Amino acid sequence: MKTKTKAVKLSAKRVVAAPSHAVVPLKERRLNFGNKWDYAHAPEDSKNYVIAPQHELFIGGKFVKPTSGKYFESINPATEQTLTTITAANADDVDSAVKSARKAYDKVWSKMSGRERGKYLYRIARIIQEKARELAVLETLDGGKTIKESRDVDLPLVAAHFFYYAGWADKLKYAFPGKTPQPLGVAGQIIPWNFPLLMAAWKIAPALACGNTVVLKPAETTSITALRLAQIFQEAELPDGVVNIVTGAGETGAALVNHPDIDKIAFTGSTEVGKAIARIVAQASSPVRPGDSNGRDARATKKLTLELGGKAANILFEDAPIDQAIEGVIAGIYFNQGHVCCAGSRLFVQEGIYSTVIKKLRDRIQTLRVGNPLDKNTDIGAINSRPQLEKIRELVQSGVAEGAELTQSSCSLPAKGYWFAPSFLTGVTHAHRVANEEIFGPVLSVMTFRTPEEAFERANNIPYGLSAGVWTDKGSKIFKMVNKLRAGVVWANTYNKFDPTSPFGGYKESGFGREGGLHGLAAYCRLD
Amino acid sequence: MKPLATLKNTPPTSQVRTSHLTHRASPTGYAHLPTVDAVTLEERAAEFTKRSIKTSAKLAGLKLAVSVCDLTTLEGKDTPGKVAYLCRKALQPADAKYDVPPCAAVCVYPNMVKYARKFLDGSGTSILPVRSETHGRDARATPKVAAVATGFPSGQYPLRTKLEEVRRTVADGADEIDMVIDRCAFLAGDHAKVFDEIAATKEACGPAHLKVILETGELVTYDNVRLASEIAMQAGGDFIKTSTGKVNPAATIPVTLVMLEAIRDYFFATGIRIGMKPAGGIRNSKQALAYLVMVKETLGDDWLNPQMFRFGASTLVNDLLMQIAKQVDGNYQSSDYFSLP
Repeated sequence: MKTKTKAVKLSAKRVVAAPSHAVVPLKERRLNFGNKWDYAHAPEDSKNYVIAPQHELFIGGKFVKPTSGKYFESINPATEQTLTTITAANADDVDSAVKSARKAYDKVWSKMSGRERGKYLYRIARIIQEKARELAVLETLDGGKTIKESRDVDLPLVAAHFFYYAGWADKLKYAFPGKTPQPLGVAGQIIPWNFPLLMAAWKIAPALACGNTVVLKPAETTSITALRLAQIFQEAELPDGVVNIVTGAGETGAALVNHPDIDKIAFTGSTEVGKAIARIVAQASSPVRPGDSNGRDARATKKLTLELGGKAANILFEDAPIDQAIEGVIAGIYFNQGHVCCAGSRLFVQEGIYSTVIKKLRDRIQTLRVGNPLDKNTDIGAINSRPQLEKIRELVQSGVAEGAELTQSSCSLPAKGYWFAPSFLTGVTHAHRVANEEIFGPVLSVMTFRTPEEAFERANNIPYGLSAGVWTDKGSKIFKMVNKLRAGVVWANTYNKFDPTSPFGGYKESGFGREGGLHGLAAYCRLD
Repeated sequence: MKPLATLKNTPPTSQVRTSHLTHRASPTGYAHLPTVDAVTLEERAAEFTKRSIKTSAKLAGLKLAVSVCDLTTLEGKDTPGKVAYLCRKALQPADAKYDVPPCAAVCVYPNMVKYARKFLDGSGTSILPVRSETHGRDARATPKVAAVATGFPSGQYPLRTKLEEVRRTVADGADEIDMVIDRCAFLAGDHAKVFDEIAATKEACGPAHLKVILETGELVTYDNVRLASEIAMQAGGDFIKTSTGKVNPAATIPVTLVMLEAIRDYFFATGIRIGMKPAGGIRNSKQALAYLVMVKETLGDDWLNPQMFRFGASTLVNDLLMQIAKQVDGNYQSSDYFSLP
């Protein structure tokens, strides 16, 4: 700091220097986030966790080689190094997984009491807690997300979901008073790459609690932790075939969706694929199964829940607790590199505080640490895959081409791996692609509004409806906005808060059906 | 409120900063201040404690922490002898081989100021020089003498005697005055009185630096802390300080964050950099490093020095030294190996 000093004579004996206040000129008023005191590397230890060079399918409680004989490489997106090879399951592999799930359903799982099912789920939850550090490291290596998040967010939530649904397993009648909840049968579950283990937990835990069996397909770039979870199922002595895991890309998923002996499809992923799945399911029907436990014709269409894309509005009013709102905006868009379907990717700022908010955002992204996801001080990790990085780049370029102004952190990016600096776009309007399309990366589109009416009108002006955020000090304004926003989740003065007791899901092109809480149970039961 | 209300029988309020006073004073008083959301604030505050500070960063951080310490003794039983121990410790906290800078200041009661002055001025040449100047200041700089004043810790005294106390303390040789705000006036809603007392104290300080203690443990809410910070900065405080150390809770990370955010907004509004001093309850190295992380990530490098940031602490220094010795020597030593202040 520059301070002028002037000598002031106080007494004959001594002279003290009295700094007078230097007023920094307007143009030079900036914060200096340099390296005066930089943090040393603090990598999480990963040496003790060995990843097998080859992974197989998990069918009937055993790891089996695929009939396809095909394998593909799974890489670490932060280094581009190959971690292992993963099986590409074909239709025959999927068929054997479904058969195994059907057998387990008919012979074991649907006949087991809820109390016994609950015991298995509790056991799985506890083993996950015991192995949390290992699973967090694997999740970070495989997906590129920061160890800080996989350790403090993903893994605690994974265990929490198993614990929560374990508790419901023997209380289903109380969950739905006056009804007799029955399991659906075999559930085919397809999950995305942004929260690999957490999405597996969201899908598997309620399905098993209600007495269904499962064929799960993880995303092709992030299968390692799902297969590690399979080992945990073995350790927990979960009956063979109750959960089966088939790995592979779109072809494998299509085989699963098209399989005739599946009673329920649960999908989390892109809206494009979700629509394709909805079309297939609408045309197909489950076969008649003689001896159906209720003696009814089971030729109902497959049940379907879809959790798809989003383009959430995070709405900042002038009376918001502004420094905390900035934190909420940062958490909303840069959490997990923006690979979050409910990311607050559209920021609506009331005009009166626009310049303040932009200035604060610019300073704040400068303090985000981008780099090695295994470093405990890293805030922003690697982009999950090269295609995703290219998609982000393409959309950001379109935003700039359409006249938006790009602000990026000046952080340096590693030479190898897939990276995108935290960014935001200003001067965005509804006519811009970046205001409408899901970027699924660390890129925020900033827009303005004048009144609460305008805020929800603009927020709702989008085909998606998964989540939203409202920041204001005024409670009545929160309730007004919550009632007007068409979004499955609305967070007030916070963002990206998840809990197994709270339902999650969307409106419009963000899908239908809810996961989590009681609503999440209902998606895996027949209620009549 | 009227920012420059005139009080009877008190000196005219300070005009030191008329330029930015006019800038900030608005007809609505402090209604323009942003509110603080406790939940998100505390979440953000917790993030600073999760930074992993290792090896070279740890050593540099620990030394920085020593260099920003206001080594404090504020007890009725303080004597010239005790102050002599404190001053010597502040001048040279550890053996020269550890390359540890002196503390930023000693902080004492007004009656002890003349002794502190004498001990610090009289011993400058006998100190072993510290080798490097990696600590952001002259490594051999003599610690300042800071004195608490204005009816510390309660502040429940007439302004006239408070100002007299400040003038005499400065005349005795204090470089810095740590005043307490009038919490009675603040909680009763008389913000103008709080402002005027600070402005009058600043004037009475003359050349001495003024730190304004908000006593956040008595203000309780974050919104109050934010408002009190604003008043203190506008009225002429050079530093804002959390606590006297006599009230629980004293400094906390969320409270300090609110004050750092207030300093940040004030800097952008006026161009003036105000210093920050958390005091009370900061006892170990881990806590101290978390505060430094918070300063670094909230205000940046320009505040990471003893001119802009201080710790008010009595027992922190030896814990810092213990960790420094561990980093340098590779093993921990018992407290017998570290000089008592």
